[in-house]
Amino acid sequence: MSGKMDRMLTLYLPLALYTGFTLFPFYWATNISLEKNGGLGLSGVHYLPTPFTLENFVQAWNGMGFYIYFRNSFLVAIVSMLFTVVFAVLTGYALSRYKFRGKTTFMLLLLSTQFIPGVMLLIPLFTIFQGMGLINNLFSLIIVNTIFQLPFTAIMMRGFISQIPFDLEESAMVDGCSRLKSMRLVLLPVLIPGIIAIAAFAFIGSWNQFEFALMFISKQNLFTVPIGLQYALGEFNINYGTLAAGSIIALIPVVLIFAYVQKYLVQGLSAGAVKG
Amino acid sequence: MAQSGAPGLEPIRSIGPIGRIGQMGRRGGLAPYIFLAPTLVLMLVFIFYPMLRVFYYSLRTDDLTQPYLNGFIGLKNFVTILTKDPLFWSSLSITGRWVVSEVVLQLCLGLGLALILNRAFKFRGLYRAVVFAPWAVSGVLITAIWSLLLNPFSGPVDDLLKKLGLIHASIGFTSDPKTVFWSVVVAELWRGIPFFTIMLLAALQSIPGEFYESARVDGAGRWRMFVSMTLPQLKDAIVLSTLLRAVWEFNNVDMIYTMTDGGPANLTTTLPVYIMNEAVNAQNFGYGSALTIIGFFILMLFALIYLKLSRFGEGEL
Repeated sequence: MSGKMDRMLTLYLPLALYTGFTLFPFYWATNISLEKNGGLGLSGVHYLPTPFTLENFVQAWNGMGFYIYFRNSFLVAIVSMLFTVVFAVLTGYALSRYKFRGKTTFMLLLLSTQFIPGVMLLIPLFTIFQGMGLINNLFSLIIVNTIFQLPFTAIMMRGFISQIPFDLEESAMVDGCSRLKSMRLVLLPVLIPGIIAIAAFAFIGSWNQFEFALMFISKQNLFTVPIGLQYALGEFNINYGTLAAGSIIALIPVVLIFAYVQKYLVQGLSAGAVKG
Repeated sequence: MAQSGAPGLEPIRSIGPIGRIGQMGRRGGLAPYIFLAPTLVLMLVFIFYPMLRVFYYSLRTDDLTQPYLNGFIGLKNFVTILTKDPLFWSSLSITGRWVVSEVVLQLCLGLGLALILNRAFKFRGLYRAVVFAPWAVSGVLITAIWSLLLNPFSGPVDDLLKKLGLIHASIGFTSDPKTVFWSVVVAELWRGIPFFTIMLLAALQSIPGEFYESARVDGAGRWRMFVSMTLPQLKDAIVLSTLLRAVWEFNNVDMIYTMTDGGPANLTTTLPVYIMNEAVNAQNFGYGSALTIIGFFILMLFALIYLKLSRFGEGEL
């Protein structure tokens, strides 16, 4: 077999097939979202949006209330992300820069959370938040997102910080910097890629959270995007055009963030999980 | 990013060598505890304390729809589950089938894709960004997108299968008992393969190129090199990623719940979907908690046996 032929069969062909499998659903959602009535009532299946319309987006955004869901999700995801990043950096710093009693136990505790089923906490967290008066309150989702994102991002952060030599901070401290100041002035600037990675990780995870939002939130003006989508899916007269438009709206933030940070994410996952 | 040798892994390495000093650290009195405190408190209050409460609830009747019956009932929930609840046993076997199908298929396809993406070709960085994208998509969104693809009236899958002459009558992929399980499996594959690819690609990139040189000089074929050289190097990454993924797929609830809600006729009711229905719809907290405890122990047992059998990490010592 010639080299070119071989490369075609073992590299480009499988790559093309897989790319098609990945992209087709995205293409189809876009197609339906731009088609009048989502293609229903038309003869045959159209592979290009004919007749073309932007009505579905207007309908999803205003009519179905995606502007509310989007705002709620955005608020929850941003605040959860901020909490997660601050706590994960502090934890990662302690685990990477200090020796202390109970360090191994704490690491095991962090790792063990990865094996706890989310649904297991559905019932007890509901009653706890009920007691705190946080049912139908977005703050309950912020807490849940933070605790679920925190263990893994903290482990990732420990990996990132361990890869940065301590010398720099040490010499800054010898020159009279306090530990916190050396952390801020010396460590943080080189840690930016790692912080971007865990921030993206936390944002995407929070943006996508579904079970707890479904359990805790029943008022429509507090719905997040996943609950809004689930609501749209459950409607008796499901309108595929607006559903597709809602899906595209839900996709935009994650796809933008993902495209920007995917290389950091790969190294973060490998630093955290494989070497952790 | 697009064409360099090992994109993704380079930036952080270029910051400096993996410093021993960093790992050695120093004693700092109370300082590390203060840094850890927020994380520790959050985990204790919102993860470990709730877990204790699940144990407590599992010994009670706690039914929001019948509050007058609430009270301590000992192990009765567990006895009912194990002896009088056929749905529990069917959900358990469906969970098993689900986890095995997903993990095996995702591993094989994800490994294949990682091997391809580890080779040098034009626009590799761009391809990587594209094929990883579904990883970031939520379960509900997958349901929304795949219900557009699979619906029998305006969906392209049905249409294309008909045009190819493979089927003649429309199929309700997610409502027909014959097709529902595999329809859900394929939709989840779409999101799940990138995880394995990411993990295995990272491991592949850490194998030095010289490693293969001697084998290539010996004239070893591609398949033999893969089996006898690449696979052993990937072992720990494979064990860890399959374990994480098995746990994750066991717990996976958002997509199945929204796509089929366990139906038709409970054919896709996995244990977490069953628990979710008990918690959200039936609001039967005692029974749901007992189901949760059983699921938790099955998962723990599985993880321990798996790690033991696979001799994880022994290669490093």
